[in-house]
Amino acid sequence: MTLAKDKVGIICCSGEDLPEGTISRVATRLVLEKLRPDDTVTLCLPLFLAGGEDERAFARVFPTIAVDGCGKKCAEVGTTKYSGKPVATIVVSEIMKKYPQVRATSHQKLNAEEMEIAREIAEEIAKKVDEILCSQTK
Amino acid sequence: MKKQVVIIPCSGIGKSLGTVGRVAMYKVTDHLRPKETRTACLPLLTVGDAETVQLVRENPCIAIDGCPAQCSKKNIEASDGKLAHHVIVTNVLRENRKLKPEGVIELNPEGDKLAGIIAKNIAEKVDEILAGKNQK
Repeated sequence: MTLAKDKVGIICCSGEDLPEGTISRVATRLVLEKLRPDDTVTLCLPLFLAGGEDERAFARVFPTIAVDGCGKKCAEVGTTKYSGKPVATIVVSEIMKKYPQVRATSHQKLNAEEMEIAREIAEEIAKKVDEILCSQTK
Repeated sequence: MKKQVVIIPCSGIGKSLGTVGRVAMYKVTDHLRPKETRTACLPLLTVGDAETVQLVRENPCIAIDGCPAQCSKKNIEASDGKLAHHVIVTNVLRENRKLKPEGVIELNPEGDKLAGIIAKNIAEKVDEILAGKNQK
């Protein structure tokens, strides 16, 4: 694993059993692919347990943002357990409370409303990335 | 309660092959064998969630891994789960070299086709497992 300076690691839960897990996954990829491709990296969460010391060193070197689907906060807990505490945690189910009319139901492919929420969460992640990188340069 | 096969993909987010495994799982749990199968969040195993650990110990499990890091298999084994079958997407891709899966948020048609091939094989394996064959 090549480590570079001035990057923020985004670690999402991708929880398979909940639509919010898919939203966490899509939001994370939107940041990596479109919003902050030069400033962010990711690591598969299960690799913390399955991988070696290189993977576990990831969150000790990079500041991280955990993106969790539900209140169990697996991304935050797993990152803290195997590496270091994330600088910030975003919980999809909490953000969805702002949209009581939307009930997430899609596992495999998000519908238009769920995709809109994923975009909003991606924007929120990007904002936190900027804050973290800005604080590092001060 | 009737025994179900628990299918857990790695959902690797760095490569399209993680999405292939994830989509293959949904094809089985949502369409091919909805009554006989279910999934569980792999991260819950990574953090040692008691309910999920119990689930994989009491039911046969199928791990679908995108790459040779084998995160799903290793997490199930670390939880003392009943691993009944294991699929590595890169091995299936080797047998279907014409397919070029792309995309993580959404798979391209070739990736979806590869997921379909894996799902069909897993559905057959589910039938064997529930019939009492191939259990470890």
